[in-house]
Amino acid sequence: MRAKLETWAKDAVLEVQEYVRLIAKVARAVVTPPIYYRDIIEQFDSIGIGSLTVVLLAGLFTGMVLALNSGITLDQFGARSMVGRLISASMVKELGPVLTGLMVSGRVGSGIAAEIGSMLVTDQIAALRALGTDPIRKLVVPRVLAGLIMMPMLSVLATGIGMVGGWIVTVLQFHVASTVYWSSVVQGLYMQDVWMGLIKPLFLGFTIVTIGCHVGLRTTGGTQGVGNSTKLAVVASSVAVIAVDFMVTKVLIVLMY
Amino acid sequence: MMAKQEQTRSPLLEEALAFGGPIVVFDQVDLAFDEKVILRGVSFTLQTGHTKIFLGASGAGKSTILRLALGLLRPDSGRIFVNGEQIDGMSEDALMQVRADLGMVFQEGALFDSLTVGENVGYKLYEELKWPMAQAEARVREVLGFIGLGEFIDRMPSELSGGQRRRVAIARAMAAKPRILLYDEPTTGLDPITSLTVDEEIIKLRDLEGVSSVLVTHQLRDAFFVAEHAAARDGDKIEFERAAGGKADQAEFIMLKDGGILFEGNASDLRTAAKGDAYIRSFLS
Repeated sequence: MRAKLETWAKDAVLEVQEYVRLIAKVARAVVTPPIYYRDIIEQFDSIGIGSLTVVLLAGLFTGMVLALNSGITLDQFGARSMVGRLISASMVKELGPVLTGLMVSGRVGSGIAAEIGSMLVTDQIAALRALGTDPIRKLVVPRVLAGLIMMPMLSVLATGIGMVGGWIVTVLQFHVASTVYWSSVVQGLYMQDVWMGLIKPLFLGFTIVTIGCHVGLRTTGGTQGVGNSTKLAVVASSVAVIAVDFMVTKVLIVLMY
Repeated sequence: MMAKQEQTRSPLLEEALAFGGPIVVFDQVDLAFDEKVILRGVSFTLQTGHTKIFLGASGAGKSTILRLALGLLRPDSGRIFVNGEQIDGMSEDALMQVRADLGMVFQEGALFDSLTVGENVGYKLYEELKWPMAQAEARVREVLGFIGLGEFIDRMPSELSGGQRRRVAIARAMAAKPRILLYDEPTTGLDPITSLTVDEEIIKLRDLEGVSSVLVTHQLRDAFFVAEHAAARDGDKIEFERAAGGKADQAEFIMLKDGGILFEGNASDLRTAAKGDAYIRSFLS
């Protein structure tokens, strides 16, 4: 039992060490040539545009269900006109970034781990190195940059469409005038909330993509290993999204409120 | 420090680092993964324009030697020189320079799935060497023509047969005109006729392009064919004939057993050794 615990602890420390080393290599590769611009553009498209549908749908239905539930409760106090305020505060600060993070970790984190893992077990990563290409620069850096830049954009879009979803339900279900809803949305927004909604996705995007790359690059054991890596990437990045969200929120509250 | 290092050079290393000396040198290389010893005290030299053919059972460390020569793995001890540069302690960035003169054909080809045949072959030219597009395309067409797959330039790797994938892998490895090519079981899993075409590509590169090569295989038929044949240009045609005299000595076999070198010599030496060594005899039979 003790030996098993020791092995587990050593493996955990090794994973953390390798993850930190990967981040250090990425940090160095971002500021030194060569930089593969074409791959960066491709990843912007793959991670950003490719995730748009799933993120918009998740945002829309979350805004709708939030309006539905909060509308029923607020109606009991005669405050149905406040629904917009509640939706904007929830979506901008919390639900927009976190739901986008969870959707992206399911779609992008798993995809990255599977793609890089497959390349590893079929010797394509070794072939890249043999041809004089650093796999960190070619494969990891473009994905990290795309994750960092596209996540805030996706989060803003998810938040926006969530507000639209809330508007649809508030107007059709609770018969609140559009102008009342949108002015309530604006009243519920503070600059600190907006900053929080923009800063959080940066951290979440970085976390999702680096975990996907790390897990992919540590793949062993052929096609079964690729499957395991894919599963691990989704689980680890989803949990990390929630944990990082908490930590970043805590820090931002101390700094901004 | 330098003086001390000079003093510790073995005679093999002295010869290896001399002007015009060998192109790849392994000097007392050891490697183990956890408790499992892969290589133990392996030393050999590959001379310019020559071929080393590694034989041995599965897991004997043959492919590991290629990965060490390329700097994809680091030895636990011993020294490795490529083109006169000691690579065993080099950083990844410095290794990129050394790899510019090396090409490797991986088992199963390891072609990039998302790129066409032409993009695979020209990868190093476009991405790393930044050749002008027209020049790179011309070179891609030239090497694909050399291996007889010119019309496959726009195909995806998934549309190729196993033999065609290996040949494209050879084309990719040779596109940037490296002086050293490493082949990791290039004919394993191929039918005899396709294997012969791959063998002929290896001979052509060695004899017509002056490429030094290290071939890892357990296909004896292919190993002996590469060792005992030579290519010569006859007008537009390329003829393959039996190598004779000094040419036959330019291909040497190394047989690995239990992490060490059991035998080193040319094809006829190997046949002679088989008479006196039960392991070699059983391997060759």
